[in-house]
Amino acid sequence: MKHNFRYFSHEGVRNMFSHGFMSFAAIGITVACLVIMGTFTLVAYNANENLKDLQRENAILAFVDDGLNDEEAMSLQSELEKLPNVLECTFVSRQEARDRYVEQYDEDELYSDLDPEIFRHRYVIRIVDLDEMRQTVTALQEVEGIAKIRADENISNGFLTVRNIAGVISLTLIAILLIVSVFIISNTIKLTTFDRKDDIAIMKMVGATDAFIRWPFVYEGLLLGLISAVAAFGLQWLLYGAIAQGIANSDTLQLLRVVAFERIWIVVAAAFLVVGMVVGVGGSLTAIRRFLRV
Amino acid sequence: MIRLKDVVKTYENGTDALRGVSFSIEDGEFAFLVGPSGSGKSTIIKLLTGEVVPTSGRVIVNGFSMSRIDEWQIPYMRRTIGVIFQDFRLIPGKTVYDNLALAMYAVDASRREIQRRIPYVLELVGLDGKAQRYPGELSGGEQQRVAIARALVNNPSTIVADEPTGNLDPGRSLEIMTLLERINALGTTVVVVTHEKGLVNHFDKRVIMIEDGLVVGDGVGSYEVKE
Repeated sequence: MKHNFRYFSHEGVRNMFSHGFMSFAAIGITVACLVIMGTFTLVAYNANENLKDLQRENAILAFVDDGLNDEEAMSLQSELEKLPNVLECTFVSRQEARDRYVEQYDEDELYSDLDPEIFRHRYVIRIVDLDEMRQTVTALQEVEGIAKIRADENISNGFLTVRNIAGVISLTLIAILLIVSVFIISNTIKLTTFDRKDDIAIMKMVGATDAFIRWPFVYEGLLLGLISAVAAFGLQWLLYGAIAQGIANSDTLQLLRVVAFERIWIVVAAAFLVVGMVVGVGGSLTAIRRFLRV
Repeated sequence: MIRLKDVVKTYENGTDALRGVSFSIEDGEFAFLVGPSGSGKSTIIKLLTGEVVPTSGRVIVNGFSMSRIDEWQIPYMRRTIGVIFQDFRLIPGKTVYDNLALAMYAVDASRREIQRRIPYVLELVGLDGKAQRYPGELSGGEQQRVAIARALVNNPSTIVADEPTGNLDPGRSLEIMTLLERINALGTTVVVVTHEKGLVNHFDKRVIMIEDGLVVGDGVGSYEVKE
């Protein structure tokens, strides 16, 4: 085996060009499969990143019962912090709440003489996992001294739904498209092996081992997979950039944060290369199996 | 050395190809294996090359027991024999040199060994200067010489030729057989399967006659004598 790598790679390239159209078709379909898989995975990834942002930025407001005095209101903090899924709990007094409200209106005179008594003491609560927001809200409601809860469940539920759907779709697509890609590459290499079945029989007759016969076809599959991965990566980059630009330019969608491709390109490239190689080698091994029985 | 002892081969469709064949061919010997079509000659070749296994009996080829050989050992057994076919079985898209190089690559030879060995073998079979020709550019006799060169290139101890002159005219057939005789004189065991009486009679070699899956004659002399 040690002397033959030049021969294997030369034969692998030759095989690929001997069925140029089929090789082109196999690369095209594998690229399409990789880009579809990549797109759904990136949608799921971005939805998850937005969820994390939401977790960081979006807080639940727990309003304290008016009947409680300042000390009693402040004493609720330790009880709230003990609740599951509560990451951070900050007390905001009536006065602070009033000041923040007035601040929002640039110290507009209309609001400048607002009485702090019309505001309630409140707690700003950040949670660990948005998935469990509903349970956390229920637990907060059950705390004695908490009169009302305000939580933007709709927004978080929207992100959760997008993330979960994209996650399920990407997993399903990865499974289906991997099989499709292996099948297509396998069929392309089957054409080469069929074309070269006499060569294979001759090689077996002169004492070639199965590994020796298999290697050029493995190289062919590997090359098809690698070329597909590189092309898919380029296409994914362009597509991602275009979508990110589209979101940035959209009035309604610009609130979404799209992770810069520069931050994730290494992972995307590595994933495409690994999937490309697995699909290529898997396809070639599937194709050659039958022809080795001589 | 080749040794067959009470070899029976029955194919899955029920055909009894061999019904108890026994003979030995010593190292360095030249033997013709003759018989009519369907007599079992091809089955003997397939047994020698490991394409089929005997139903019963023992087949020993250059130290390998073909009835007990492991699948992984078959390539190594095949490296001890060079096989020549009636239809040459050259790869048309490769030059003479590359056809021979493929056989050497298959046994893990280095480029240097290949570059040294191929010109020597081509000279031995009378094809020096034709290394860069494609099989389609050569005559039938020359193509069979390439096939012989390919069988020889890995320096096997035995050459098995299955009807090597079946596609050639009498003049070229005699040349090929003379070449095989020369190769035998260099120490290689040669087994030639043929049904060409004229050729067999021309060479005073051992003749093993097969008929109906049995050995019906074995001795030095001509085809007619055995019949």
